[in-house]
Amino acid sequence: MAETVLILIVLTNLRLLGASRLGASIRTVAVQGILLGALALLAHGAAPTWGAVAMAVIGMALKGGVFPWLLFRALRQADVQREVEPFVGPIPSLLAGIASFGIAFWLSRRLPLPGGGEGLSLLVAVALFSILAGLFLIVARKKAITQVLGFLVMENGIYAFGVGLVRESPVLVELGVLLDVFVAVFVMGIIIFHINREFEHMDTDELATLKD
Amino acid sequence: MIPFVNILLALTLAPLMLGVINRVKARFAGRDGQPLFQAYFDLARLLRKGAVYSRATSWVFRAGPIVGLAAVLVTTAIVPLGGEPAPLPFPGDLVLLAYLLGLMRFVTVLAALDTGSSFEGMGASREVTFSALAEPALLLGLAALARQSGSLSLSKMYAALDFGAWWQSGPVLALVTAALAVVLLAENARIPVDDPNTHLELTMIHEVMVLDHSGPDFALILYGAALKLWVLGALLVGLIVPVRTGHAWLDLAAALAGMFVVAVAVGVVESSMARLRLLRVPQLLVGAGALAALALVLSLR
Amino acid sequence: MLWTLILLPLLAGAAAFALRRGVATRTLLVATAGAHAAMTAAAWMARPAAVLFGWIALDEVGLLFLSITSVLFLAASVYAVGYLRGEHGGDTSERVFTGCLLLFLAAMTVVTLSQHAGLLWVAVEATTLASAPLIYFHRTGRSLEATWKYLLICSVGIALALLGNFFLAVAAGAKPLVFAELGGLKGPWLNAAFLLLLVGYGTKMGLAPLHTWLPDAHSESPSVVSALLSGAVLNCAFVGIVRVQPLCGAFGRDLLVGFGLVSMAIAAVFLLGQADFKRMLAYSSVEHMGILALGVGLGGAGAFGAMLHAVNHSLTKAMLFLVAGNILAFYQTKSAVAIRGVARVLPVSGALWLAGLLAITGSPPFGMFLSEFTILKAALDQNRSVVAVLYLLLLAIIFMAMTTLVLRMAQGDATRPRQRESALAILPPLALGAAALALGLYIPPALETLLRGAAKLLGGA
Repeated sequence: MAETVLILIVLTNLRLLGASRLGASIRTVAVQGILLGALALLAHGAAPTWGAVAMAVIGMALKGGVFPWLLFRALRQADVQREVEPFVGPIPSLLAGIASFGIAFWLSRRLPLPGGGEGLSLLVAVALFSILAGLFLIVARKKAITQVLGFLVMENGIYAFGVGLVRESPVLVELGVLLDVFVAVFVMGIIIFHINREFEHMDTDELATLKD
Repeated sequence: MIPFVNILLALTLAPLMLGVINRVKARFAGRDGQPLFQAYFDLARLLRKGAVYSRATSWVFRAGPIVGLAAVLVTTAIVPLGGEPAPLPFPGDLVLLAYLLGLMRFVTVLAALDTGSSFEGMGASREVTFSALAEPALLLGLAALARQSGSLSLSKMYAALDFGAWWQSGPVLALVTAALAVVLLAENARIPVDDPNTHLELTMIHEVMVLDHSGPDFALILYGAALKLWVLGALLVGLIVPVRTGHAWLDLAAALAGMFVVAVAVGVVESSMARLRLLRVPQLLVGAGALAALALVLSLR
Repeated sequence: MLWTLILLPLLAGAAAFALRRGVATRTLLVATAGAHAAMTAAAWMARPAAVLFGWIALDEVGLLFLSITSVLFLAASVYAVGYLRGEHGGDTSERVFTGCLLLFLAAMTVVTLSQHAGLLWVAVEATTLASAPLIYFHRTGRSLEATWKYLLICSVGIALALLGNFFLAVAAGAKPLVFAELGGLKGPWLNAAFLLLLVGYGTKMGLAPLHTWLPDAHSESPSVVSALLSGAVLNCAFVGIVRVQPLCGAFGRDLLVGFGLVSMAIAAVFLLGQADFKRMLAYSSVEHMGILALGVGLGGAGAFGAMLHAVNHSLTKAMLFLVAGNILAFYQTKSAVAIRGVARVLPVSGALWLAGLLAITGSPPFGMFLSEFTILKAALDQNRSVVAVLYLLLLAIIFMAMTTLVLRMAQGDATRPRQRESALAILPPLALGAAALALGLYIPPALETLLRGAAKLLGGA
């Protein structure tokens, strides 16, 4: 069951790499957040504690509801074109995604787990893949909102890793990650609003006055 | 067990699939539609007619439909139906399958280019581009299945699939199914890749290549297309309806029912979607390839 | 007492958002800075006890960097009073500015006090978030661009550092992530963890090639903020790396040496022909962070040199940024080619500018000379002649680049009449400069003991 959720997460990442509309991208990241909440519940095994359930629900609410709402609001206020505008087109992005998955898989082989079985190695691979995909999105997309989405995907990968592997204080870990993401997205949302108000676009490619 | 029952079933029932698809599309449109056996009547009619050959063409044009049909006839001998092994299986026949389909496509494209018309040339270039993108999806998906079953022969690969295999490695098989479904739609020139009913320059891919063929040649092309649909459908059915009760007739009957379902599904997909913009078709195909690659990587664990 | 050190700036920062009058916020700022400095001084006498199950404790490394931060913040807050008075920025932005500054101080305090890897990470993240509005104080397009780059790149870096913390947790198994208890680990997870932490915190520290946000952020923000960013925040990120480094052994040290030399090289390249004097100071920060990494990477006497260098660099760089603020406020341009004759127009600032140049490039009698020399000696003692030669070569190139720029600005005839400089604008940099000079001539024994203790914690001598 956990394996299916992990593969669905991989599919959402691939969808993000190949997407060309901002609305679809934001919704895909929302779906990924919900899948991660489900993963958090499944990773605890048969009997999750109330704390774990609460954290998973809060996580799903934040990532599936609040963040997309914030980002859609930024989109509406900014009133920009709803296209993704990539540096690297959808097909090369997809191919880069497959290559990243291969690299993540290879890395997960090199990092043997202390006390895990087969399911956990796929978790490491999927987490590393999400991180690589998020980094790729940050680098290969022009619009500020897609860069925030890339950051969210990266944090999702780190969260998946934390959920699966850090046994002793998972609640603290999840809290830390969630707090990090929430504040970062909030602040970034504000900055995007300012960028749009100042420059009347959301194209970070055009933010190029400061250079040597 | 009648020997070569796979081939017999393919030869007789392939045009029926076309009829089912057209009927489903007509029903969606609120019409009654063509009779189910219309394809057979069309074939008979075309075979009775005479052929017209342009003076600009050569033997390549005449050979195209014949070689194409021959290629796809050979594939019916290596593709298993319903868990039963194909008549002539051998290790590595999945590569032969891909190349036979490629050969059929190649001679069709050559015949189209032989006419010297820019119309056909445009269709040929589009067809070749899309097939080049669809082929990795097909091969990677079949490679994933080969890894799962540990054998390189299509018959053995599909014999190893049953409901237990789905339970054990469901995600891998689901991804391969998705990839093969997209390949089916792409190779058979169905919506969302190509519209088989259109005759507008902007939207034709496969149709435009066969514009100049007439009479028996066109009958051969039509029959070959039906057989290709049957063969790829058999690959898909072997995945999604893996009934392996051990009784040959039961499995075959289940497989035939599955083929019927696949035909209906194709009709439904054609009726509910519009054709994709030409720009987006490569993205769809690369996406299918990505799914197949993902399935392969997962099956390597 | 440790709780007070953290909670005082935190509460003061929260309170600053609520105060209406400018005078009130400025008084709060200076008062908090003074109280913080006083408590830090008290901690020198009597080391306070650990709290929170040992997660928050003051060891040598922590005390050293806490003192640097506290002194810098005090000087910066005094300067900020004059700066804010002259800005007429309006109540809201001044409130936000002061509030964020105080929260920033609280976060940096936690970084220096933290003994737990997770808590350290949270605090470093908090400094990123607290300083973003500070960079955007002037609300121009350029500062917005700088803030965006800062936020995005540092957030990505911090996220990688979080992953590094997770890897560290996997390597540590059931042990809690308190640094003192993490000795004796080994394995691929530990090495991967160190690499990620180095890259993640290195982004925040300004190690090349992860430094791309640094020139923009440090040049576009108000000079007070630049002084704190260069002098304190880069150190805090360094603390994050330095705490994990002893766990990792030779692998970590070689990486640090590599990053250090690359940072110096990139700084040298970008300093040649630099036209903007604040960007020049920013690249100089990149260079000095490289020297810090090199020192710790060399180990032994190099670690001692690195700790001394941290103190010297913070004092000198903060002084330079504050002086640059004075120059910018008067000339209203950041272009070094357009400014001539600073020594005559702004006498004290000009003198400090020249003195700062000498200090930052490592000339005696300033303290930087001692620390850079110690690191050089460590490299030669370990027979790493390639490293030593590259180090000297890059230092020489940087000296040439910076001297041309600064001398061109300082010398020349006065195109404007001589200005009276306000005390608030001169005294803080003057005090910092005097301290930097004093450290070159005489290191008080208490400081030397502290530096040795810190170096020993880092696996040095």
